Amino acid sequence: MDLKILEAKSVTKYFHDPITYQVLKEISFSVNRGDFISVIGKSGCGKSTLLYILSTMDTDYEGDILIDGESMVNKKEAELAMVRNEKIGFVFQFHYLLNEFSVLKNVMLPGLKSGKYSEAEVEHRAFEKLKILGIESEALKKPNQVSGGQKQRVAIARALINDPLIIMGDEPTGNLDKKNSEIVFNIFQELAEVYNQSLLIVTHDNEFAARTHRIIEMEDGRIIKK
Amino acid sequence: MNYKLIADISRSLLFARWKQTLVAAIGVTFSITMFISLLSFMSGLNDLLDGLIINRTPHIRMYNEIKPSAQQPVSLSEEYRDHYNFISKVKPKKERLEIYNNAAIMNYLQKDDRILGIAPKITTQVFYNVGAIDLAGAINGIDVEAENKLFLFQSYLTEGNYVDLKNTPNSIILGKGLSEKMLADIGDVIQVTTSRGERMPLKVVGFFQSGLQDIDNTQSYASITTTQKLLAESGSYITDIQVKLKDINLAPELALEYQNLFDLEAIDIQTANSQFETGSSVRTIISYSVGITLLIVAGFGIYNILNMMIYEKMDSIAILKATGFSGKDVNRIFITIALSIGIFGGILGLIFGFGLSALIDQVPFNTQALPTIKTYPVNYNPIFYVIGAVFSIVTTYLAGYFPSRKASKIDPVIIIRGK
Repeated sequence: MDLKILEAKSVTKYFHDPITYQVLKEISFSVNRGDFISVIGKSGCGKSTLLYILSTMDTDYEGDILIDGESMVNKKEAELAMVRNEKIGFVFQFHYLLNEFSVLKNVMLPGLKSGKYSEAEVEHRAFEKLKILGIESEALKKPNQVSGGQKQRVAIARALINDPLIIMGDEPTGNLDKKNSEIVFNIFQELAEVYNQSLLIVTHDNEFAARTHRIIEMEDGRIIKK
Repeated sequence: MNYKLIADISRSLLFARWKQTLVAAIGVTFSITMFISLLSFMSGLNDLLDGLIINRTPHIRMYNEIKPSAQQPVSLSEEYRDHYNFISKVKPKKERLEIYNNAAIMNYLQKDDRILGIAPKITTQVFYNVGAIDLAGAINGIDVEAENKLFLFQSYLTEGNYVDLKNTPNSIILGKGLSEKMLADIGDVIQVTTSRGERMPLKVVGFFQSGLQDIDNTQSYASITTTQKLLAESGSYITDIQVKLKDINLAPELALEYQNLFDLEAIDIQTANSQFETGSSVRTIISYSVGITLLIVAGFGIYNILNMMIYEKMDSIAILKATGFSGKDVNRIFITIALSIGIFGGILGLIFGFGLSALIDQVPFNTQALPTIKTYPVNYNPIFYVIGAVFSIVTTYLAGYFPSRKASKIDPVIIIRGK
């Protein structure tokens, strides 16, 4: 089913510090359900900037973003937070787990925030997600007690907890060794193929990109190849 | 809104840095403790010192004063109305100290519902005869019951009971200093001579100590009837009417009213003892400002700790925001942290404050002025606890407000990209 879940319409962005510089130039593209897309390009070509605009965290741009057919322009900060909570899952280069909470609780937090399910249900769902990622045995440990690769998997589980429309990743394997990168890639692939999960991953790793369904290559703030 | 989740996150952040949290809470506890005990103690002392004056002094005292007439006959004369009249060497006319028609005045006063009670009094100069020596002094003739009810007469008797003054005919209660000079003991009979030369034996039934040497060395108390007998005056003779009001603040106004109404001198307590009022308000201001300073310092401690916590937890805040927590949620989390420190520290502070006040209450305090006081006075006014509680919450809220706002404004992009 070709359903557009994310659409960028001529997104343009400037950096003003130290000098005004156009970092994104009229970027337009769309993501369909089940797409596994990687965005590649050299450092400074604007791919991370694009990702943060798409993720609604950066609101200083021109053009329009549609998520699930809804425009993100003119939404308030709290509404954008809701969109991020319910429709977008994030995986960053660094895992950003909260050491104060157990692995399970870390996964649960966005679920609890959304308030769609009761605490018991959220806990159950979080456990299910950890199971998919094969780290259910670490559920009650603190994040600083599990390995780097496992941490990244916990972060993926956290991204999945609210069944997002799309998972966005900013160099999710950037900090991982070969073996763990492979594990993470396999998880993404499984999510895309088995669960029909859309993924948009920014990466430096051309090998990683080559195995995704679609590659968007950027240079100097433009998409040069879709 | 998911308050439980916010409380949960706040708690975890609090306990992650429990030592800092504890220090912040101790700061609040300490300041509230000091605030409560300082105010309780200060206001206890104030009440005590004010009580010395306010409880024992009539709010309005009415008497006849010997002074020259304000209106000399010449200024009343029609003929010289348009003239400037200069009269030199004006003398007061002969006037009795007695309050005329005092029964009617007292009747009238008793019906005035602004008045708590009245006590008639006679003051007269006497000589106490000790062997060949005469000591100059004064006797206050009092209505024993009214005096005790309104002015707590018993509280400054070191020995004896006030009712003996009424029950024993021709009895006297001597000032402590006076009794030492006269070597008089309870049950002894002393001789006094009035200014008119009449001499009368009086039986000593007690001693009083006011704390003012001048008074204790010269004055004594007798019942009104005894004093009237001593002065050879009729049963209606009195020289002073002492009035105690329900609301002491009305004293100046009422004094003026009665002065015009009864054509008597009426002096109010505020005019007679202005220095005490100033003293107690200054002491109150000092204790409040010290207490509030302590709280503000504690507030800065909380501010610092929260600021540090926010720097440390930058990543956590960023990820919370990235995963769908709004700025408002983050703000609430840090406000909750600040308020928990404030409430926890504040409650402990109130308890310790009460404890410390109770401890001060046990410290021995003996003073010449107050024979009935044995320990330091403490005022357990609940209003101090209310102020302490409110202030601890307000300061911690303010201390948490700015760091929380900062936290809520953190841009997750900057932090996440910075890695």
